[in-house]
Amino acid sequence: MFFHIRKALTDIRENRFLNTVTLFTISLCVLNVCAFCLLYINVQDMFDNWKKGLRVMVYLTPELTDARRQEMTSQLKDMKDVQAVRFISKTQALALMKERMPRQTSLLENLRENPLPDAFEVTLTPQVHSPGKMESLAKTIESLAGVSDVEYGRPWIERFSRFFNLFKLAGYGLGAIFFMATIFITANTIRLILYTRREEMQIMRLVGATDSFINMPYYLEGIIQGGVGGLVGIGLLYGVFSLMGDQFRETLSAEMVKIRFLPLSICILMVCGSMATGLLSAFFSLKQFMKR
Amino acid sequence: MVTTTEKSAIIRMFHVHKRYNTKQALADITLDIHKNEFLFIGGPSGAGKSTLLKLLYLAEPVSSGQILVDGMNLSRIPRGRIPFLRRKFGVIFQDYKLIPTRTVYENVAIVLEACGQSRGVVEKKVRNMLRVVGMEDRLKAYPPGLSGGEQQRIAVARAVVGDPDIILADEPTGSLDDESAHVIFELLARFYLRGATVVVATHDRSLIGSAIGRVVHLREGRLDSGSES
Ligand SMILES: Nc1ncnc2c1ncn2[C@@H]1O[C@H](COP(=O)(O)OP(=O)(O)OP(=O)(O)O)[C@@H](O)[C@H]1O
Ligand SMILES: [Mg+2]
Repeated sequence: MFFHIRKALTDIRENRFLNTVTLFTISLCVLNVCAFCLLYINVQDMFDNWKKGLRVMVYLTPELTDARRQEMTSQLKDMKDVQAVRFISKTQALALMKERMPRQTSLLENLRENPLPDAFEVTLTPQVHSPGKMESLAKTIESLAGVSDVEYGRPWIERFSRFFNLFKLAGYGLGAIFFMATIFITANTIRLILYTRREEMQIMRLVGATDSFINMPYYLEGIIQGGVGGLVGIGLLYGVFSLMGDQFRETLSAEMVKIRFLPLSICILMVCGSMATGLLSAFFSLKQFMKR
Repeated sequence: MVTTTEKSAIIRMFHVHKRYNTKQALADITLDIHKNEFLFIGGPSGAGKSTLLKLLYLAEPVSSGQILVDGMNLSRIPRGRIPFLRRKFGVIFQDYKLIPTRTVYENVAIVLEACGQSRGVVEKKVRNMLRVVGMEDRLKAYPPGLSGGEQQRIAVARAVVGDPDIILADEPTGSLDDESAHVIFELLARFYLRGATVVVATHDRSLIGSAIGRVVHLREGRLDSGSES
Protein backbone atom coordinates (compact mmCIF):
# COMPACT_ATOMS: atom_id res chain seq x y z
CA MET A 1 0.00 0.00 0.00
CA PHE A 2 2.79 2.39 0.93
CA PHE A 3 4.29 1.60 -2.41
CA HIS A 4 1.13 2.70 -4.20
CA ILE A 5 0.78 5.85 -2.13
CA ARG A 6 4.36 6.78 -2.86
CA LYS A 7 3.77 6.20 -6.54
CA ALA A 8 0.60 8.27 -6.52
CA LEU A 9 2.42 11.15 -4.85
CA THR A 10 5.28 10.98 -7.33
CA ASP A 11 2.72 10.98 -10.08
CA ILE A 12 1.03 14.08 -8.75
CA ARG A 13 4.38 15.80 -8.47
CA GLU A 14 5.32 14.88 -12.03
CA ASN A 15 2.08 16.30 -13.39
CA ARG A 16 2.16 19.38 -11.22
CA PHE A 17 0.38 21.72 -13.58
CA LEU A 18 -2.56 19.50 -14.45
CA ASN A 19 -3.00 18.50 -10.85
CA THR A 20 -2.94 22.07 -9.64
CA VAL A 21 -5.64 22.98 -12.10
CA THR A 22 -7.75 20.03 -11.00
CA LEU A 23 -7.19 20.76 -7.37
CA PHE A 24 -8.27 24.32 -7.92
CA THR A 25 -11.43 23.23 -9.70
CA ILE A 26 -12.34 20.76 -7.00
CA SER A 27 -11.71 23.39 -4.34
CA LEU A 28 -13.98 25.86 -6.07
CA CYS A 29 -16.75 23.32 -6.41
CA VAL A 30 -16.46 22.31 -2.78
CA LEU A 31 -16.34 25.97 -1.85
CA ASN A 32 -19.57 26.62 -3.71
CA VAL A 33 -21.40 23.67 -2.28
CA CYS A 34 -20.20 24.48 1.22
CA ALA A 35 -21.12 28.14 0.88
CA PHE A 36 -24.59 27.05 -0.04
CA CYS A 37 -24.72 24.72 2.93
CA LEU A 38 -23.54 27.50 5.18
CA LEU A 39 -26.27 29.78 3.95
CA TYR A 40 -28.77 26.98 4.26
CA ILE A 41 -28.08 26.03 7.84
CA ASN A 42 -28.06 29.61 8.96
CA VAL A 43 -31.29 30.45 7.24
CA GLN A 44 -32.75 27.26 8.66
CA ASP A 45 -31.64 28.34 12.11
CA MET A 46 -33.29 31.68 11.67
CA PHE A 47 -36.44 30.15 10.35
CA ASP A 48 -36.66 27.66 13.21
CA ASN A 49 -36.23 30.48 15.60
CA TRP A 50 -39.09 32.40 14.11
CA LYS A 51 -41.29 29.39 14.05
CA LYS A 52 -40.54 28.74 17.67
CA GLY A 53 -41.68 32.25 18.37
CA LEU A 54 -44.96 31.78 16.61
CA ARG A 55 -47.40 33.08 19.15
CA VAL A 56 -50.49 35.09 19.64
CA MET A 57 -50.67 37.96 22.10
CA VAL A 58 -54.07 38.29 23.63
CA TYR A 59 -54.61 41.70 25.28
CA LEU A 60 -57.28 41.87 27.88
CA THR A 61 -59.73 44.55 28.85
CA PRO A 62 -58.71 46.33 32.08
CA GLU A 63 -61.83 45.53 34.09
CA LEU A 64 -61.39 41.73 33.93
CA THR A 65 -61.97 39.74 37.10
CA ASP A 66 -59.58 37.13 38.37
CA ALA A 67 -62.21 34.41 38.02
CA ARG A 68 -62.84 35.26 34.39
CA ARG A 69 -59.10 35.21 33.82
CA GLN A 70 -58.78 31.72 35.26
CA GLU A 71 -61.62 30.59 33.08
CA MET A 72 -60.02 32.10 30.01
CA THR A 73 -56.75 30.36 30.71
CA SER A 74 -58.38 26.97 30.57
CA GLN A 75 -60.46 27.98 27.55
CA LEU A 76 -57.36 28.94 25.65
CA LYS A 77 -55.51 25.84 26.77
CA ASP A 78 -58.28 23.63 25.46
CA MET A 79 -58.06 25.07 21.99
CA LYS A 80 -56.53 23.04 19.26
CA ASP A 81 -52.96 23.91 18.20
CA VAL A 82 -52.22 25.76 21.42
CA GLN A 83 -49.07 24.63 23.09
CA ALA A 84 -48.81 26.91 26.09
CA VAL A 85 -50.55 29.83 27.67
CA ARG A 86 -48.75 32.30 29.86
CA PHE A 87 -50.25 35.19 31.71
CA ILE A 88 -48.28 38.39 31.63
CA SER A 89 -49.58 40.99 34.01
CA LYS A 90 -49.17 44.64 33.14
CA THR A 91 -46.60 45.04 35.93
CA GLN A 92 -44.57 42.22 34.46
CA ALA A 93 -44.92 43.73 31.02
CA LEU A 94 -43.63 47.05 32.24
CA ALA A 95 -40.67 45.44 33.97
CA LEU A 96 -39.89 43.56 30.80
CA MET A 97 -40.06 46.75 28.83
CA LYS A 98 -37.72 48.52 31.19
CA GLU A 99 -35.28 45.70 30.85
CA ARG A 100 -35.42 45.78 27.08
CA MET A 101 -35.01 49.49 26.78
CA PRO A 102 -32.54 50.54 29.45
CA ARG A 103 -32.18 54.02 28.00
CA GLN A 104 -35.80 54.80 28.35
CA THR A 105 -35.92 53.75 32.01
CA SER A 106 -36.22 57.27 33.31
CA LEU A 107 -39.08 57.95 30.95
CA LEU A 108 -40.90 54.81 32.04
CA GLU A 109 -40.19 55.52 35.65
CA ASN A 110 -41.98 58.85 35.41
CA LEU A 111 -45.23 57.27 34.28
CA ARG A 112 -47.90 57.92 36.80
CA GLU A 113 -49.93 54.97 35.74
CA ASN A 114 -49.07 51.76 33.94
CA PRO A 115 -50.51 52.14 30.45
CA LEU A 116 -50.00 48.52 29.47
CA PRO A 117 -52.80 45.97 29.49
CA ASP A 118 -52.73 42.53 31.00
CA ALA A 119 -52.15 39.87 28.40
CA PHE A 120 -51.92 36.22 27.60
CA GLU A 121 -49.05 34.96 25.56
CA VAL A 122 -50.33 31.95 23.61
CA THR A 123 -47.66 29.78 22.05
CA LEU A 124 -48.76 27.65 19.14
CA THR A 125 -47.57 24.18 18.26
CA PRO A 126 -44.85 24.32 15.57
CA GLN A 127 -47.10 22.47 13.11
CA VAL A 128 -49.28 25.53 12.70
CA HIS A 129 -47.91 27.66 10.00
CA SER A 130 -50.71 28.01 7.57
CA PRO A 131 -52.01 31.55 7.67
CA GLY A 132 -55.63 30.43 7.36
CA LYS A 133 -55.42 28.38 10.50
CA MET A 134 -53.84 31.18 12.41
CA GLU A 135 -56.43 33.64 11.29
CA SER A 136 -59.34 31.48 12.36
CA LEU A 137 -57.66 30.82 15.68
CA ALA A 138 -57.21 34.54 16.21
CA LYS A 139 -60.88 35.12 15.36
CA THR A 140 -61.99 32.52 17.90
CA ILE A 141 -59.88 34.08 20.58
CA GLU A 142 -61.09 37.56 19.74
CA SER A 143 -64.68 36.49 20.21
CA LEU A 144 -64.04 35.49 23.81
CA ALA A 145 -65.38 37.86 26.40
CA GLY A 146 -62.82 40.16 27.97
CA VAL A 147 -60.47 40.25 25.02
CA SER A 148 -59.68 43.72 23.79
CA ASP A 149 -57.21 42.91 21.09
CA VAL A 150 -55.38 40.04 19.44
CA GLU A 151 -52.03 40.39 17.82
CA TYR A 152 -50.73 37.51 15.85
CA GLY A 153 -47.94 36.20 13.65
CA ARG A 154 -46.59 37.19 10.43
CA PRO A 155 -48.18 35.67 7.39
CA TRP A 156 -44.97 36.26 5.51
CA ILE A 157 -43.44 33.36 7.42
CA GLU A 158 -45.64 31.20 5.27
CA ARG A 159 -44.47 32.82 2.09
CA PHE A 160 -40.94 32.58 3.27
CA SER A 161 -41.33 28.90 4.00
CA ARG A 162 -42.49 28.30 0.45
CA PHE A 163 -39.53 30.24 -0.86
CA PHE A 164 -37.25 28.31 1.42
CA ASN A 165 -38.41 25.02 -0.04
CA LEU A 166 -37.62 26.33 -3.48
CA PHE A 167 -34.23 27.38 -2.21
CA LYS A 168 -33.61 23.86 -0.92
CA LEU A 169 -34.55 22.38 -4.29
CA ALA A 170 -32.21 24.78 -6.06
CA GLY A 171 -29.52 23.69 -3.63
CA TYR A 172 -29.89 20.05 -4.54
CA GLY A 173 -29.82 20.90 -8.24
CA LEU A 174 -26.75 23.05 -7.80
CA GLY A 175 -25.05 20.33 -5.78
CA ALA A 176 -25.73 17.76 -8.46
CA ILE A 177 -24.34 20.03 -11.16
CA PHE A 178 -21.17 20.72 -9.21
CA PHE A 179 -20.80 17.05 -8.45
CA MET A 180 -20.95 16.16 -12.12
CA ALA A 181 -18.69 19.01 -13.12
CA THR A 182 -16.10 17.86 -10.61
CA ILE A 183 -16.22 14.30 -11.84
CA PHE A 184 -15.98 15.44 -15.42
CA ILE A 185 -12.98 17.67 -14.84
CA THR A 186 -11.12 15.30 -12.57
CA ALA A 187 -11.78 12.35 -14.85
CA ASN A 188 -10.45 14.37 -17.75
CA THR A 189 -7.25 15.25 -15.95
CA ILE A 190 -6.65 11.67 -14.97
CA ARG A 191 -7.31 10.62 -18.53
CA LEU A 192 -4.76 13.09 -19.84
CA ILE A 193 -2.25 11.65 -17.41
CA LEU A 194 -3.18 8.15 -18.48
CA TYR A 195 -2.43 9.00 -22.09
CA THR A 196 1.09 9.98 -21.20
CA ARG A 197 1.37 6.70 -19.30
CA ARG A 198 0.07 4.43 -22.01
CA GLU A 199 3.40 2.89 -22.84
CA GLU A 200 4.31 2.41 -19.21
CA MET A 201 1.01 0.69 -18.48
CA GLN A 202 1.41 -1.60 -21.48
CA ILE A 203 4.90 -2.60 -20.40
CA MET A 204 3.79 -3.23 -16.84
CA ARG A 205 1.08 -5.49 -18.15
CA LEU A 206 3.59 -7.44 -20.23
CA VAL A 207 5.82 -8.10 -17.24
CA GLY A 208 2.94 -9.57 -15.27
CA ALA A 209 1.37 -6.69 -13.35
CA THR A 210 -2.36 -7.06 -12.69
CA ASP A 211 -4.77 -4.34 -13.73
CA SER A 212 -5.52 -3.51 -10.13
CA PHE A 213 -1.81 -3.06 -9.42
CA ILE A 214 -1.48 -0.78 -12.42
CA ASN A 215 -4.62 1.20 -11.59
CA MET A 216 -4.15 1.55 -7.85
CA PRO A 217 -1.98 4.70 -8.00
CA TYR A 218 -4.59 6.44 -10.14
CA TYR A 219 -7.38 5.61 -7.72
CA LEU A 220 -5.27 6.94 -4.89
CA GLU A 221 -4.49 10.00 -6.93
CA GLY A 222 -8.20 10.66 -7.33
CA ILE A 223 -8.80 10.23 -3.63
CA ILE A 224 -5.89 12.45 -2.66
CA GLN A 225 -6.97 15.14 -5.08
CA GLY A 226 -10.53 14.99 -3.83
CA GLY A 227 -9.42 15.10 -0.20
CA VAL A 228 -6.97 17.95 -0.59
CA GLY A 229 -9.38 19.84 -2.85
CA GLY A 230 -12.11 19.45 -0.27
CA LEU A 231 -9.91 20.68 2.54
CA VAL A 232 -8.71 23.66 0.53
CA GLY A 233 -12.28 24.53 -0.45
CA ILE A 234 -13.52 24.44 3.12
CA GLY A 235 -10.42 26.31 4.27
CA LEU A 236 -11.10 29.08 1.74
CA LEU A 237 -14.70 29.32 2.81
CA TYR A 238 -13.66 29.51 6.45
CA GLY A 239 -11.24 32.28 5.58
CA VAL A 240 -13.94 34.27 3.81
CA PHE A 241 -16.36 33.51 6.61
CA SER A 242 -14.12 34.80 9.35
CA LEU A 243 -13.21 37.90 7.36
CA MET A 244 -16.77 38.83 6.52
CA GLY A 245 -18.46 37.13 9.41
CA ASP A 246 -17.85 39.92 11.88
CA GLN A 247 -19.75 42.48 9.88
CA PHE A 248 -22.57 40.10 9.18
CA ARG A 249 -22.83 39.14 12.78
CA GLU A 250 -23.23 42.75 13.79
CA THR A 251 -26.08 43.42 11.43
CA LEU A 252 -27.77 40.09 11.78
CA SER A 253 -27.43 39.26 15.42
CA ALA A 254 -30.12 41.81 16.09
CA GLU A 255 -32.39 39.23 14.52
CA MET A 256 -31.82 36.98 17.53
CA VAL A 257 -29.84 34.39 15.52
CA LYS A 258 -26.19 33.52 15.92
CA ILE A 259 -24.45 33.08 12.59
CA ARG A 260 -22.36 29.93 12.75
CA PHE A 261 -19.91 28.09 10.50
CA LEU A 262 -20.61 24.61 9.18
CA PRO A 263 -20.47 22.05 11.97
CA LEU A 264 -17.47 19.72 11.94
CA SER A 265 -19.58 16.74 10.94
CA ILE A 266 -20.67 18.47 7.75
CA CYS A 267 -17.10 19.53 6.98
CA ILE A 268 -15.95 15.93 7.35
CA LEU A 269 -18.83 14.74 5.23
CA MET A 270 -17.88 17.25 2.53
CA VAL A 271 -14.26 16.11 2.46
CA CYS A 272 -15.34 12.47 2.33
CA GLY A 273 -17.75 13.28 -0.46
CA SER A 274 -15.05 15.07 -2.35
CA MET A 275 -12.73 12.08 -1.92
CA ALA A 276 -15.43 9.76 -3.17
CA THR A 277 -15.87 12.06 -6.15
CA GLY A 278 -12.16 11.79 -6.89
CA LEU A 279 -12.30 8.04 -6.66
CA LEU A 280 -15.30 7.92 -8.93
CA SER A 281 -13.52 10.13 -11.47
CA ALA A 282 -10.52 7.82 -11.49
CA PHE A 283 -12.84 4.89 -11.90
CA PHE A 284 -14.58 6.43 -14.90
CA SER A 285 -11.45 7.51 -16.69
CA LEU A 286 -9.74 4.16 -16.13
CA LYS A 287 -12.78 2.28 -17.28
CA GLN A 288 -12.90 4.27 -20.45
CA PHE A 289 -9.15 4.04 -20.91
CA MET A 290 -8.85 0.30 -20.33
CA LYS A 291 -11.61 -0.46 -22.79
CA ARG A 292 -9.42 0.39 -25.70
CA MET B 1 9.29 -42.00 -26.30
CA VAL B 2 6.31 -39.90 -27.30
CA THR B 3 4.89 -40.19 -23.80
CA THR B 4 8.07 -38.98 -22.13
CA THR B 5 8.10 -35.99 -24.47
CA GLU B 6 4.53 -35.16 -23.53
CA LYS B 7 5.28 -35.40 -19.88
CA SER B 8 8.22 -33.06 -19.90
CA ALA B 9 6.84 -30.52 -22.37
CA ILE B 10 6.30 -27.18 -20.67
CA ILE B 11 5.17 -25.50 -23.89
CA ARG B 12 3.19 -27.28 -26.60
CA MET B 13 2.08 -25.70 -29.85
CA PHE B 14 -0.40 -27.47 -32.13
CA HIS B 15 -0.90 -26.28 -35.70
CA VAL B 16 -0.55 -22.68 -34.73
CA HIS B 17 -1.26 -20.02 -37.35
CA LYS B 18 -0.79 -16.31 -36.95
CA ARG B 19 -1.97 -13.69 -39.40
CA TYR B 20 -1.54 -9.93 -39.11
CA ASN B 21 -4.37 -8.66 -41.27
CA THR B 22 -3.40 -10.24 -44.57
CA LYS B 23 0.20 -11.05 -43.68
CA GLN B 24 0.73 -14.68 -42.69
CA ALA B 25 3.43 -14.46 -40.03
CA LEU B 26 3.32 -18.05 -38.79
CA ALA B 27 1.87 -21.10 -40.52
CA ASP B 28 1.10 -24.48 -39.00
CA ILE B 29 3.64 -24.47 -36.21
CA THR B 30 3.66 -27.64 -34.12
CA LEU B 31 6.40 -27.59 -31.55
CA ASP B 32 7.10 -28.94 -28.08
CA ILE B 33 9.50 -27.17 -25.78
CA HIS B 34 10.64 -29.29 -22.89
CA LYS B 35 11.10 -28.44 -19.31
CA ASN B 36 14.63 -27.23 -18.63
CA GLU B 37 15.55 -27.09 -22.29
CA PHE B 38 17.84 -24.54 -23.94
CA LEU B 39 16.20 -23.94 -27.30
CA PHE B 40 17.39 -21.72 -30.12
CA ILE B 41 14.98 -20.43 -32.71
CA GLY B 42 16.93 -19.36 -35.73
CA GLY B 43 15.88 -17.88 -39.02
CA PRO B 44 16.25 -14.79 -41.17
CA SER B 45 14.72 -11.43 -40.40
CA GLY B 46 10.96 -11.47 -40.83
CA ALA B 47 10.73 -15.24 -40.42
CA GLY B 48 8.34 -14.90 -37.48
CA LYS B 49 10.62 -15.53 -34.50
CA SER B 50 9.38 -12.58 -32.45
CA THR B 51 5.81 -13.39 -33.38
CA LEU B 52 6.21 -16.91 -32.04
CA LEU B 53 7.43 -15.63 -28.71
CA LYS B 54 4.65 -13.01 -28.54
CA LEU B 55 2.05 -15.73 -28.86
CA LEU B 56 3.53 -17.47 -25.84
CA TYR B 57 3.33 -14.54 -23.45
CA LEU B 58 0.00 -13.47 -24.88
CA ALA B 59 1.08 -10.18 -26.39
CA GLU B 60 -0.74 -11.39 -29.49
CA PRO B 61 -3.61 -13.85 -29.88
CA VAL B 62 -3.26 -16.87 -32.16
CA SER B 63 -5.31 -16.88 -35.34
CA SER B 64 -5.87 -20.60 -35.09
CA GLY B 65 -4.35 -23.61 -33.35
CA GLN B 66 -3.68 -24.30 -29.69
CA ILE B 67 -0.91 -23.44 -27.29
CA LEU B 68 -0.46 -25.09 -23.90
CA VAL B 69 1.84 -23.57 -21.32
CA ASP B 70 2.38 -25.69 -18.24
CA GLY B 71 -0.84 -27.51 -19.06
CA MET B 72 -2.91 -24.32 -19.47
CA ASN B 73 -4.63 -23.68 -22.76
CA LEU B 74 -3.84 -20.08 -23.64
CA SER B 75 -6.99 -19.53 -25.65
CA ARG B 76 -9.11 -20.55 -22.64
CA ILE B 77 -7.32 -18.62 -19.96
CA PRO B 78 -9.55 -16.05 -18.20
CA ARG B 79 -8.47 -12.45 -18.50
CA GLY B 80 -7.77 -12.14 -14.80
CA ARG B 81 -5.27 -15.01 -14.90
CA ILE B 82 -3.15 -13.54 -17.70
CA PRO B 83 -0.84 -11.57 -15.39
CA PHE B 84 -0.09 -14.73 -13.44
CA LEU B 85 0.68 -16.63 -16.62
CA ARG B 86 3.03 -13.87 -17.67
CA ARG B 87 4.89 -14.17 -14.40
CA LYS B 88 6.03 -17.62 -15.47
CA PHE B 89 7.94 -15.90 -18.25
CA GLY B 90 10.90 -13.61 -18.13
CA VAL B 91 10.93 -11.86 -21.47
CA ILE B 92 13.84 -10.00 -23.03
CA PHE B 93 12.04 -7.93 -25.63
CA GLN B 94 13.70 -7.25 -28.96
CA ASP B 95 12.96 -3.55 -28.49
CA TYR B 96 13.78 -3.73 -24.74
CA LYS B 97 10.51 -2.08 -23.68
CA LEU B 98 12.02 -0.08 -20.86
CA ILE B 99 9.88 2.63 -19.31
CA PRO B 100 11.62 5.86 -20.35
CA THR B 101 10.30 7.91 -17.43
CA ARG B 102 11.45 5.46 -14.76
CA THR B 103 14.98 4.97 -13.50
CA VAL B 104 17.00 1.86 -14.22
CA TYR B 105 16.33 0.67 -10.71
CA GLU B 106 12.58 1.22 -10.97
CA ASN B 107 12.43 -0.51 -14.33
CA VAL B 108 13.90 -3.68 -12.92
CA ALA B 109 12.11 -3.45 -9.58
CA ILE B 110 8.67 -3.25 -11.13
CA VAL B 111 8.56 -6.98 -11.84
CA LEU B 112 9.03 -7.81 -8.17
CA GLU B 113 6.79 -5.03 -6.92
CA ALA B 114 3.99 -6.28 -9.13
CA CYS B 115 4.27 -9.64 -7.36
CA GLY B 116 3.96 -7.88 -4.04
CA GLN B 117 7.46 -8.54 -2.74
CA SER B 118 8.66 -6.45 0.17
CA ARG B 119 10.78 -3.39 -0.33
CA GLY B 120 13.88 -4.86 1.25
CA VAL B 121 13.77 -8.02 -0.82
CA VAL B 122 13.16 -6.02 -3.98
CA GLU B 123 16.12 -3.78 -3.29
CA LYS B 124 18.47 -6.68 -2.60
CA LYS B 125 17.47 -8.65 -5.67
CA VAL B 126 17.51 -5.68 -8.02
CA ARG B 127 20.92 -4.46 -6.89
CA ASN B 128 22.30 -7.93 -7.15
CA MET B 129 20.97 -8.47 -10.66
CA LEU B 130 22.17 -5.08 -11.86
CA ARG B 131 25.61 -5.94 -10.56
CA VAL B 132 25.58 -9.19 -12.51
CA VAL B 133 24.85 -7.35 -15.77
CA GLY B 134 27.41 -4.68 -14.89
CA MET B 135 24.99 -1.78 -14.43
CA GLU B 136 25.12 -1.31 -10.67
CA ASP B 137 26.54 2.20 -10.98
CA ARG B 138 23.69 3.45 -13.19
CA LEU B 139 20.78 2.78 -10.84
CA LYS B 140 19.44 6.30 -11.04
CA ALA B 141 19.91 6.79 -14.79
CA TYR B 142 16.96 6.93 -17.17
CA PRO B 143 16.85 4.55 -20.16
CA PRO B 144 16.96 7.25 -22.86
CA GLY B 145 20.32 8.33 -21.45
CA LEU B 146 21.82 4.87 -21.91
CA SER B 147 23.50 3.25 -24.90
CA GLY B 148 21.70 0.47 -26.76
CA GLY B 149 23.87 -2.18 -25.16
CA GLU B 150 23.30 -0.77 -21.70
CA GLN B 151 19.56 -0.74 -22.27
CA GLN B 152 19.71 -4.31 -23.40
CA ARG B 153 21.50 -5.32 -20.23
CA ILE B 154 18.79 -3.63 -18.16
CA ALA B 155 16.20 -5.51 -20.17
CA VAL B 156 18.00 -8.77 -19.39
CA ALA B 157 18.18 -7.92 -15.71
CA ARG B 158 14.45 -7.22 -15.62
CA ALA B 159 13.65 -10.46 -17.42
CA VAL B 160 15.50 -12.69 -14.98
CA VAL B 161 15.20 -10.81 -11.69
CA GLY B 162 11.94 -12.58 -10.80
CA ASP B 163 13.58 -15.99 -11.27
CA PRO B 164 11.03 -17.11 -13.91
CA ASP B 165 10.39 -20.70 -14.99
CA ILE B 166 10.77 -19.82 -18.64
CA ILE B 167 13.06 -17.20 -20.15
CA LEU B 168 12.12 -15.93 -23.60
CA ALA B 169 15.00 -14.00 -25.13
CA ASP B 170 14.36 -12.12 -28.38
CA GLU B 171 17.77 -11.20 -29.82
CA PRO B 172 19.21 -10.81 -26.32
CA THR B 173 22.65 -9.88 -27.61
CA GLY B 174 21.69 -7.87 -30.67
CA SER B 175 23.30 -4.65 -29.49
CA LEU B 176 26.19 -6.11 -27.55
CA ASP B 177 29.88 -6.64 -28.23
CA ASP B 178 31.26 -10.15 -27.92
CA GLU B 179 32.41 -9.58 -24.38
CA SER B 180 29.02 -8.38 -23.07
CA ALA B 181 27.17 -10.95 -25.14
CA HIS B 182 29.24 -13.59 -23.47
CA VAL B 183 28.25 -12.27 -20.03
CA ILE B 184 24.59 -12.38 -20.98
CA PHE B 185 24.87 -15.91 -22.27
CA GLU B 186 26.58 -17.05 -19.16
CA LEU B 187 23.74 -15.52 -17.19
CA LEU B 188 21.14 -17.35 -19.28
CA ALA B 189 23.12 -20.57 -18.94
CA ARG B 190 23.18 -20.12 -15.20
CA PHE B 191 19.40 -19.94 -15.03
CA TYR B 192 19.22 -22.92 -17.37
CA LEU B 193 21.46 -24.95 -15.06
CA ARG B 194 19.26 -23.97 -12.13
CA GLY B 195 16.29 -25.52 -13.90
CA ALA B 196 14.79 -22.78 -16.05
CA THR B 197 13.64 -23.31 -19.61
CA VAL B 198 15.39 -20.90 -21.98
CA VAL B 199 14.20 -20.00 -25.47
CA VAL B 200 16.45 -17.73 -27.52
CA ALA B 201 15.32 -16.24 -30.82
CA THR B 202 18.18 -14.93 -32.95
CA HIS B 203 19.27 -14.57 -36.52
CA ASP B 204 22.90 -14.55 -35.43
CA ARG B 205 24.39 -17.71 -36.93
CA SER B 206 27.55 -17.52 -34.85
CA LEU B 207 25.44 -17.74 -31.69
CA ILE B 208 23.61 -20.75 -33.00
CA GLY B 209 26.87 -22.34 -33.98
CA SER B 210 28.02 -22.31 -30.40
CA ALA B 211 24.65 -23.49 -29.15
CA ILE B 212 24.48 -25.73 -26.15
CA GLY B 213 20.93 -26.91 -26.85
CA ARG B 214 18.43 -27.78 -29.54
CA VAL B 215 18.04 -25.55 -32.57
CA VAL B 216 14.95 -25.06 -34.73
CA HIS B 217 14.76 -22.83 -37.79
CA LEU B 218 11.91 -20.67 -38.98
CA ARG B 219 11.61 -19.66 -42.59
CA GLU B 220 8.76 -17.50 -43.82
CA GLY B 221 6.61 -18.48 -40.90
CA ARG B 222 7.20 -22.23 -41.16
CA LEU B 223 9.38 -24.57 -39.17
CA ASP B 224 12.14 -25.84 -41.44
CA SER B 225 11.77 -29.57 -41.64
CA GLY B 226 14.94 -31.29 -40.61
CA SER B 227 16.14 -28.20 -38.78
CA GLU B 228 16.28 -30.04 -35.52
CA SER B 229 19.77 -30.95 -34.50
N1 LIG C 1 2.11 -5.95 -35.54
C1 LIG C 1 2.33 -6.39 -36.81
N2 LIG C 1 1.47 -6.03 -37.77
C2 LIG C 1 1.62 -6.47 -39.03
N3 LIG C 1 2.61 -7.27 -39.41
C3 LIG C 1 3.51 -7.67 -38.49
C4 LIG C 1 3.42 -7.24 -37.14
N4 LIG C 1 4.42 -7.80 -36.46
C5 LIG C 1 5.13 -8.52 -37.33
N5 LIG C 1 4.59 -8.46 -38.56
C6 LIG C 1 5.07 -9.15 -39.73
O1 LIG C 1 5.19 -10.53 -39.43
C7 LIG C 1 6.38 -11.06 -39.95
C8 LIG C 1 7.19 -11.70 -38.85
O2 LIG C 1 7.66 -10.71 -37.98
P1 LIG C 1 8.59 -11.01 -36.74
O3 LIG C 1 8.78 -9.77 -36.00
O4 LIG C 1 8.04 -12.17 -36.02
O5 LIG C 1 9.96 -11.43 -37.47
P2 LIG C 1 11.34 -11.82 -36.79
O6 LIG C 1 11.66 -13.19 -37.22
O7 LIG C 1 11.31 -11.54 -35.36
O8 LIG C 1 12.33 -10.80 -37.51
P3 LIG C 1 13.63 -10.08 -36.89
O9 LIG C 1 14.71 -11.08 -36.91
O10 LIG C 1 13.87 -8.97 -37.84
O11 LIG C 1 13.27 -9.63 -35.58
C9 LIG C 1 7.12 -9.91 -40.63
O12 LIG C 1 6.92 -10.01 -42.01
C10 LIG C 1 6.44 -8.67 -40.09
O13 LIG C 1 6.37 -7.69 -41.08
MG1 LIG D 1 12.17 -10.27 -34.11
